[in-house]
Amino acid sequence: MNNDHVMLRTEGLAKQFTLHLQGGVRLNVLDGVDLEVRAGECIALAGPSGAGKSTLLRALYGNYRADAGRILVRHEGALFDLASALPRTVVAIRKRTLGYVSQFLRVVPRVSALDIVADAAHDRATAPANAQATAAALLHRLNIPANLHALPPATFSGGEQQRINLARGFIGAHPILLLDEPTASLDAANRDVVIAMIAEAKARGAAIVGIFHDAFVRDAIADRLYQIAPYPQAA
Amino acid sequence: MTVDPDILLSARGLNLSFGAIPALVNVDADLWPGEMLAIVGESGSGKTTLLNVLSGKLRPQSGVVTYRDPAGALHDVHAMPQPALRALHRSDWGFVHQNPRENLRMAVSAGGNVGERLMAQGKRHYGHIREAAIDWLQQVEIDPARVDDLPRTFSGGMLQRLQIARTLVTHPRLVFMDEPTGGLDVSVQARLLDLIRSLVRRLGIAAVLVTHDLAVARLLADRIIVMQRGEVVEAGLTDQVLDDPAHPYTQLLVSSVLQA
Repeated sequence: MNNDHVMLRTEGLAKQFTLHLQGGVRLNVLDGVDLEVRAGECIALAGPSGAGKSTLLRALYGNYRADAGRILVRHEGALFDLASALPRTVVAIRKRTLGYVSQFLRVVPRVSALDIVADAAHDRATAPANAQATAAALLHRLNIPANLHALPPATFSGGEQQRINLARGFIGAHPILLLDEPTASLDAANRDVVIAMIAEAKARGAAIVGIFHDAFVRDAIADRLYQIAPYPQAA
Repeated sequence: MTVDPDILLSARGLNLSFGAIPALVNVDADLWPGEMLAIVGESGSGKTTLLNVLSGKLRPQSGVVTYRDPAGALHDVHAMPQPALRALHRSDWGFVHQNPRENLRMAVSAGGNVGERLMAQGKRHYGHIREAAIDWLQQVEIDPARVDDLPRTFSGGMLQRLQIARTLVTHPRLVFMDEPTGGLDVSVQARLLDLIRSLVRRLGIAAVLVTHDLAVARLLADRIIVMQRGEVVEAGLTDQVLDDPAHPYTQLLVSSVLQA
């Protein structure tokens, strides 16, 4: 496999928000973002708070709409522009190519932790029985004890919920992974597990873009930093 | 008109007013197989009217709704003869009402309610029908021992699950749902959401879901249509529209949700 090929590339990506309820205030957040990520590479988004790191990560997932520019994603051998793709195409790309680990767990209430994680594997057309076993193994690895697997995570601690989210994000083995503060509420032992999981994902050729405020994590896994400058707001 | 070769249901240029009140203004909508589309908006925005027009229950003043049958043939839903439309509602389509009493026969047993849809399709073997009814009661988490009980002995949440069993027993390809979790208490609602989501996914059913609850739309739907005064003001991927709303009305809707 050619490990050099580009998995994700943005060209002139721009994003602004118009807040209609606040008198039409316009916030320019991103402008002219040119980012390139290759297979097996991990890029850390850097910049001061409010510079637009999370906005960029959400735009890369198609969660925020781009106002200008292209977001090229390598999906099943071809490049697709996420910024102009049909919603159905975005859904397909997310299922098989583009994984995202958000900071907060948002799930159907009363579904067990194990089913939530296994369900994410189902999106990749894995056999249900295998998905359950893989999900359980992944939860164990993230130190979620077996007696919690059958419980819905609504009552779990912040760190436990984040680990459910991580298991859900990693089980699909997506070729591209977007990670928003994946270790924010984890202790050192769990942080090391996540570092190892990210390193393994890189080794299998995944392209990773993340926000890592923890310098230890960033130094351990990031190949390069992508600096986001705060947009010069008009006075 | 050209229609995408994969599309299941397609609406173009729907208009309908009730007197001076516009209920649908130039509405387009598309649905692909296996996909769930949510229609959201406040009361009176036209979302239930749109559902009724898409399902052929209500005739638009102008515009076309096209359905592609399993053989690939296209049908103009509002030009179909009534018997053909009724046959479609009995076989390929299902309708889940907010009030399950509109769809259920309250004087017929739970098993009878489920089996009736099969009999309407020409199934006659009593043992097989009863078997299917019991199987579906289990799938919607109703104790099979209740198969001979009358629906009026059921709670609201059980009635809604019974309605879903009755609707899905014939394996429809397309289900229309009008506020399926409305009026239920939240613990029952959560269980029903999970049930709908897993059934729709497992059976590969396409669904159009009307809801005023943005959280329900987020958890169930791939795509969303936001309506205001009969117009589609915003449409797209559910998480995109809810997290990055562009239209002033969508921004108002999203910012008005109470956080529990």
